[in-house]
Amino acid sequence: MTDVDVAQNMSDPAGSSGLKPSPEGEGWVRGNQNKEESLFNPPHPNLLPEGEGAYAVSSTSPNPALTRIPEVGSAPIGSAEEKHLAELWESAPGWRGWLSTIDHKTIGMRYLVTAFIFLLMGGAEALIMRLQLARPDQTLLTPEQYNQLFTMHGITMIFLYSLPVLSGFSNYLWPLMLGSRDMAFPRLNAFSYWVFLFAGIFLYTSFPLGEAPNAGWFNYVPFAGPEYNTGPNIDVYALGMVLLGISTTVGAINFIVTLFRMRAPGMSIGRVPILIWGTLTAAVANVFAVPSVSLAFFLLWLDRQTDTHFFDMLNGGKPLLWQHLFWMFGHPWVYVVVLPAMGIVSDALPTFCRRPLVGYSAVALSTMATMLLGFGVWIHHMFATGLPPLALSFFGATSMVISIPSAVAVFAWIATIWLGRPVFNTPFLFFAGFVILFMIGGFSGVMVAAVPLDLQLNETYFIVAHLHYVLLGINVFPVVGGIYYWFPKFFGRMMDETLGKWSFWVMFIGFNLGFFPMHVLGLLGMPRRIYTYAPHMGWSTVNMVTSIGAFIFAAGILIFIVNILVSLKRGALASSNPWDAPTLEWAVQSPPPVYNFAVIPFIASRHPLWEDRLDENAGRSSLDQGYLLMEGRETIGTTPLDAIPDVILKMPEDSYTPFFLGLFGALVFVGLLLHSREFTVLMALACSLSLMVWLWPRKALVQRVPDIKYNKGVAHG
Amino acid sequence: MNGSKSGFRRGIVSNYPVLVTAPVSAMTDNQIAPLNYFLHSYGPASMPTMYLGWVFVALLVAIFVIISLLLIWAVLRKRSAEDPRSVGREDQGMQWIYIGTGISTCILFALVIYTLITLNAISKPTQAPALTLTVTGYDWWWKVEYENDDPSRRFVTANEIHIPIRQPVLIKLKSADVIHAFWVPVLAGKTQMIPGLTNQQWIEADVEGVYLGQCTQYCGVQHAHMGFEVVAQSEDEFKIWQDGQRRTAATVFAVDVNAGRKIFLDRCAGCHTIRGTEAAGAHAPDLTHLKSRRLIAGGLVTNTPDHLVKWITHAQELKPGARMPSMVLTEAEISALSAFLSTLN
Repeated sequence: MTDVDVAQNMSDPAGSSGLKPSPEGEGWVRGNQNKEESLFNPPHPNLLPEGEGAYAVSSTSPNPALTRIPEVGSAPIGSAEEKHLAELWESAPGWRGWLSTIDHKTIGMRYLVTAFIFLLMGGAEALIMRLQLARPDQTLLTPEQYNQLFTMHGITMIFLYSLPVLSGFSNYLWPLMLGSRDMAFPRLNAFSYWVFLFAGIFLYTSFPLGEAPNAGWFNYVPFAGPEYNTGPNIDVYALGMVLLGISTTVGAINFIVTLFRMRAPGMSIGRVPILIWGTLTAAVANVFAVPSVSLAFFLLWLDRQTDTHFFDMLNGGKPLLWQHLFWMFGHPWVYVVVLPAMGIVSDALPTFCRRPLVGYSAVALSTMATMLLGFGVWIHHMFATGLPPLALSFFGATSMVISIPSAVAVFAWIATIWLGRPVFNTPFLFFAGFVILFMIGGFSGVMVAAVPLDLQLNETYFIVAHLHYVLLGINVFPVVGGIYYWFPKFFGRMMDETLGKWSFWVMFIGFNLGFFPMHVLGLLGMPRRIYTYAPHMGWSTVNMVTSIGAFIFAAGILIFIVNILVSLKRGALASSNPWDAPTLEWAVQSPPPVYNFAVIPFIASRHPLWEDRLDENAGRSSLDQGYLLMEGRETIGTTPLDAIPDVILKMPEDSYTPFFLGLFGALVFVGLLLHSREFTVLMALACSLSLMVWLWPRKALVQRVPDIKYNKGVAHG
Repeated sequence: MNGSKSGFRRGIVSNYPVLVTAPVSAMTDNQIAPLNYFLHSYGPASMPTMYLGWVFVALLVAIFVIISLLLIWAVLRKRSAEDPRSVGREDQGMQWIYIGTGISTCILFALVIYTLITLNAISKPTQAPALTLTVTGYDWWWKVEYENDDPSRRFVTANEIHIPIRQPVLIKLKSADVIHAFWVPVLAGKTQMIPGLTNQQWIEADVEGVYLGQCTQYCGVQHAHMGFEVVAQSEDEFKIWQDGQRRTAATVFAVDVNAGRKIFLDRCAGCHTIRGTEAAGAHAPDLTHLKSRRLIAGGLVTNTPDHLVKWITHAQELKPGARMPSMVLTEAEISALSAFLSTLN
């Protein structure tokens, strides 16, 4: 948390004096009456809102030595400045750099790879279940094995894949899209990843022992309580979720602060890509939703281990409390794992349609409206709990209304395709296919939002179909499309188009063959979470089709993985902007240099790379000339809405502390699981020690007078 | 595998191919997919929902087809030759969003209103319930208590609910352990049974028949095998059944079943009740009129003598994890016990 606090020594400590026009009307200065001066001119006169010609970065800091004017210039590849910058941002070689790096690109890639491994594990679990269900009365799995498999499948896909994979994209892409050199809190970012990794491993520790969580991912009490579930299964789940909640929360805070403080000068709030809106909305939602589930799991753990009675009916507890706490988190979470993915489509689809997204503001607003409504619909998971019809009416109606913002997005995408000139590359196929799946998932969502229908559909395979259309259709398809899209940026090589198209069609057909019939199963009355069924129930054929579809879908994923592995080695080399895309991440080389931007650019429109071609009077961004900022790791901090620069942020060096704090933190939970008081206390002490090292004040993070070497020939002369 | 063909219940898992299901005549009218509520619903608690489902599906499929065609048209339509580098104007196309979202919103509001009307229609019966019973969910079976103001006329049974047709029946729902959900899809939607709460649900069958019910809230290892049946009968048949159920078991058993009775009291009475005997266990189904039931083992198999023996001696193979143990009995004990149980009609 200290990265910016320490670095903000240039800004007003009270935070009260925003930038305001200078009396001459030609510059922006801090509101310190004694020192008002226009300090430097950016390279483009039409850079920022309505002709304000200049920025100033100054300070009310009592120490004049901490006042500094950032130099403007250019640093082409190979120049002395650029080399110096690369040295500054490079991590140490070997395992030391591997453990200590805080580069958002490395962390983002780790998130992507780890989440994808979890996707494959969850997928393997699903395939085993599909073998069991392919025919009636199968005995491949025991009931208990089946129950553990579907629980771990849910936990894996929902908690260990679907959000982390989006965090991977956002971590990698945010600073590149925003024109920054890193996230706001790079060490916290590394910490967030390590905790996620350890929590994932933690949740899987009991799996090989045959003692995995077995109460379903929503883990209703009293079945998950101490009386009916005596093994370590549920303790692993409860502690693992509290641990994972730490990662999610700090990650969310990092995204929020990054959006509001780390955008390139001129990238006002209306110029950020939709992916940023999606992730921001999801991050804000997480800050409010995750405490609910962390609390629920913590209370459950207390019930199981310390004789409290939060959920224990015999002693005045309320089993229904669990459902409320869980779904107050659970429903917003559904939107958390789809809104950023919808953002991926909103940003990438226009590239392949050769025109900007139709209705940028409408889509951005609908993203937030969805999330806002999403906090008021959790009861639709609980229609069958015996609540009065009036309450059901309100929540049912809200749940149906929530599809209106989704309609906005669908029509925006279709209009973009209609008005554009589509290029049929693999990513386009994934995004256009996604629109179809999005509609199916949305329409089945409208059906389950209707209370009387839900009383039938709830807890049947119709729900299974719906949630897979939502989570696979709206998360996995955009994610895979997004990987095809940004792969050249990540690795500097193109992915193979032929294999790409194969992977799309096999995945798309397999997915629909596998999951659409599940709607029918639900209408035929097949309940969820049954390990087998009898032949006369009329579900046999549909189940067989579903199992075949699931394997075809898996084959599509396999083709995709083969494509990645082949393309990593032999893909055609990619230029910095192979798709002719409009957003800022395509302005840097592929793969991006370690410092991201040699100079911090000045942004004048939503589509910095299309400005010369848009039929409108867009401003011109400055990508080659910008803030140099190379006295140590630095980037610029800007105001939350208008992105006017107001602080030079000193970014931290690589550090081992995030790894160790994460490790010791996870070990605290291991100690709790093993009921080892001594070990837990010891690890808590180790955590405190790591935190002290982390937070120890450092001279390197204090602003100083600029070195003369980089202070010549800049605009302010 | 006679079991899976002649009877409509499953004929035991495949390692018991010799078992023969004795079909019960009332079962034969049951169709394939007995839980298919989408095409077949009976009674005022579920038919409005079925019609609502048809309207939703028809409308949403139509909208889906229209929008998909629009999407495909948008992808494939011919474009005039333009400068390949041109990227168009950003502010075009808003009418798509206005018109599309506008129409969607109107349709959605109509659906919301229709939904609320339907919810109102199914939330309570038009006349006062003729019959009240309490169903309690256990791992993994159902206890059914028929209430009466006169305590001597109350009785308890399990896994089989008889109701008179064309009369609303109020069902109070409780749980003895974890959360279950009571669901007879062709008669009504589901309601959770939550420990510490008493939920309510009403059903009404307008046609005679046997309707399958199933627990739909995941409740543990044998959630898959927690079924029951609702037998809807004419008023007269129901009365006859009810009077039969009210009787306690014969107080004097024939001499030739005394051995079996003793085995039952020694080995089974800790959990099972037989009204009129000393067997008064409260953890498992009341067996006073076991012979009259169509299904045993939580709806898993039909109630034939062979199935019953298999269930008593191999419960953990038929239903792994069930609370019923696999009893170790000699051949003689088995036949004695069977003889005794066969008198419980």
